[in-house]
Amino acid sequence: MATSFKGNGIVPGVAMGPVHRVLKTLTQSPIVADSAQVLAALDRVALDIELQAKTVKIDSAKTILDAQVLMARDPMLIDALSIAMSTDAKLLEVRAILDETFSKFKKALTDIGGYFAARTADLDEIFSRLTTQLTGEPPQEIVLTRPSVVIAGDLSPAETAMLDLKFVLALLLPRSGPTSHTAIVARSLGIPVIVGCDDIETIAEGTEVIVNAREGEVLLSSSDSQYLLLQQREEKLRSGGSFRIGPCHLLDGAAVPLLANIGNVSDVSVAVKFGAEGIGLFRTELLFLEREDEPSIDEQVQLYVQIFEQMKGLNIVVRTLDAGSDKPIPFVLATHEQNPALGIRGWRLTRTNNEIISRQILAIAQASKIVNAGEDLVNIQVMAPMISSPAEAKDFALRVRAAGLQQVGVMIETPAAVLHADKILPEVDFASLGTNDLCQYVMAADRLDTRIADFSDPWQPAVLMAVSIAAESARKLGKPMGVCGEAASNPYLAAVFIGLGCTSLSMSPFSIPEVRNFIERLTMVACREAAVAALSSVSETQAEERVRNLLSHPDN
Amino acid sequence: MPSREVEITTKVGLHARPIAFLVKAATEANVTILVGRFGQKAASANSLLSVLSLGLQYGEVVEVTVAECENSEAILNEISMIVSTDYGD
Repeated sequence: MATSFKGNGIVPGVAMGPVHRVLKTLTQSPIVADSAQVLAALDRVALDIELQAKTVKIDSAKTILDAQVLMARDPMLIDALSIAMSTDAKLLEVRAILDETFSKFKKALTDIGGYFAARTADLDEIFSRLTTQLTGEPPQEIVLTRPSVVIAGDLSPAETAMLDLKFVLALLLPRSGPTSHTAIVARSLGIPVIVGCDDIETIAEGTEVIVNAREGEVLLSSSDSQYLLLQQREEKLRSGGSFRIGPCHLLDGAAVPLLANIGNVSDVSVAVKFGAEGIGLFRTELLFLEREDEPSIDEQVQLYVQIFEQMKGLNIVVRTLDAGSDKPIPFVLATHEQNPALGIRGWRLTRTNNEIISRQILAIAQASKIVNAGEDLVNIQVMAPMISSPAEAKDFALRVRAAGLQQVGVMIETPAAVLHADKILPEVDFASLGTNDLCQYVMAADRLDTRIADFSDPWQPAVLMAVSIAAESARKLGKPMGVCGEAASNPYLAAVFIGLGCTSLSMSPFSIPEVRNFIERLTMVACREAAVAALSSVSETQAEERVRNLLSHPDN
Repeated sequence: MPSREVEITTKVGLHARPIAFLVKAATEANVTILVGRFGQKAASANSLLSVLSLGLQYGEVVEVTVAECENSEAILNEISMIVSTDYGD
C-alpha cells in the first residue's frame, strides 16, 4: 500500500484525523408512477432545491442551486417528460423512461463539450433527487459523528454546501476536477480541500491520515510530530514568517543550488519565500490541465510573463507540456492507448499534436522577449520531458533555439536517455533527472500499483545506479545535471544525489528549508560516501538504512 | 418582430448564471423570446436547458427576438444586455 497520495490541493491547510468515506448507494428499485406523479415529484424537487438555495450561505452554491431550480422547472424538460410518460409508460419501466429523457438533454450538452458538458452534473443531481422522490426512499444524509477527513467521490454542490463543518477537518474529492461545481463550492468552506487523485478512494474507513493540502498530499500517518511540523510550516507561511534565503553550500563550501518545482503563478512567491535560488522545474501542464480547451498563444504569453516577471535575476527552467498517461489533457489526447506510460507522452506529443508544442514554444519565446526586453534579466531555460534518443534532443534543441531561446535542456527519465546520456547531452546545455518516471521505467513498475510499491522507491539501488551513470556522463561533458524529481526533497536522498554528482536539486518549495538545514552540515566527502554506500546496497531498505546511519552523526 | 444581434463577451460562453438571469427575465416578461444563431433553430429564452444546449461561445453573435407587444423594445433592451454582458468569468 502506498503511504502517500497526491492530488491537487485547491485550498491550502493541514489537518490530521480519521478518514470518513461518504458512499452513496444508488438504489435501482422500480418506480411506479404516472405522468402526473412524475411531474408533481419534479416540482417537489424544484421546491427542495429552492429551499436549500435560500438557506445555504455560500454564494457559489446559491448560484448553482438557483440554476438547478430553473432546470427542474424547465418547460422543455416538463414537456419532454410528459410526452415520454404518456406514450411509453405502459411498455417501459418508469425509471428507464426518465433515464432516457434526461439522457437526451445530457447528450445535447455533452456534444458541445467543455463547460457545457460539465453541466450534465446538474441534470444528474436532479435525476437522482427525482428518482429518490418517486421511490419514496428517504434521502441519504451525510451523518458525521466525529471530526473526520471526509472522502467523497460524488458529493453534489448542495451537499457540499450543507456539510456540518464542525466535523469536517478536510475534504478530499477524488473524482472532482478543480473547476467542477463541487470544487467551486468547496473552495468557500474555509477548510483544506484536495481534488483529483482517484487512488484516495482506496483509503479505508477510519484510517488515520495527515492532509497537507498546500502540496495536495495525503499521508497515511498519525505521527503527531509530522503533523506539527507541517502545521508550523503552514502557519509560518500564513503569518508571513521567513525562511533562510540565499545560496546553499555544503560544509566545505561546495555550492548546491536548491531550486523549486512550481506549477502556477502563485507558487513563485512561495518558492522565493522558502529560499529557492531559482525554479528548477516549471510544470506548464498544470496551466493546461485546468482547462477544457487549449489556451491561446496570447493567454500563454500573459501567464508566462506573470511568472517570469517575479524571477528577475534568477533562473527558471520551463518544461514543455508533459501530458500523457498519468496526466491526460482532454484537448491533447483523444486516442486510447494500450499502454499509455509507454505511448505518446512528453516530447512524443510532437508526433501527434505538434502544433500545440510549437505554439507553446512560441509563447515562451514571446514572453521571454517581453520580460527581458533586450537585457538578460531572467535566465529562461526550456526543457523537454521524456527524451529517449539523441535525435529527439537534437530536434528539440533546434526548434527552441530557432524560436530565439538560447538555453535548452532535457529530462533524463527513460533508461535509454541514461544509457545514451553521452550522446544526448552534447545536443543540449543541461539535463535534469526526473526521479519518479526514471524509477517507473528502470524498475518497470507502475507507480499506481500498490502491490509493487516497493519498486517505486527511489532508494532502489538500480535507480541510483542509473542516476550515477547519467551524472557521470554529464560530468565528463561538463554539462550541469540536476535532479527535479520529488525524491530530492528527502534530505538523505538529496545528499546521495549530490554525492553521485548531481549539480542542483529542485523540489517542492516547502521541502527546501529542511533539505538546506540537513545538507549544509555535510561535506562533499560525506555525500560521496553516502552515495557509494547506497550504490553498493542490494535492496532499497539496505540503501536507506546505510545512508541514514552514515549521515545521522554530524561528525561524519 | 423586433430583433437584435448581440455578441457574447463573457469568456466561458453563455453559461448557467447569465442564462438564469435570462430565464427569469423572460418568464417575467411573459412573451415569446427567442435566442439563437442567425438563420438557425433558436431556443426559447424561458428554457435554461434549451439555451444552454445551444452552447453559445465567447465571441459568437446571437440574434435575440421578442414577440410584438406593448413594451417589446424595452424587453429587447433588457434581454440583449443580459446576453452581451461580460460576467468576468
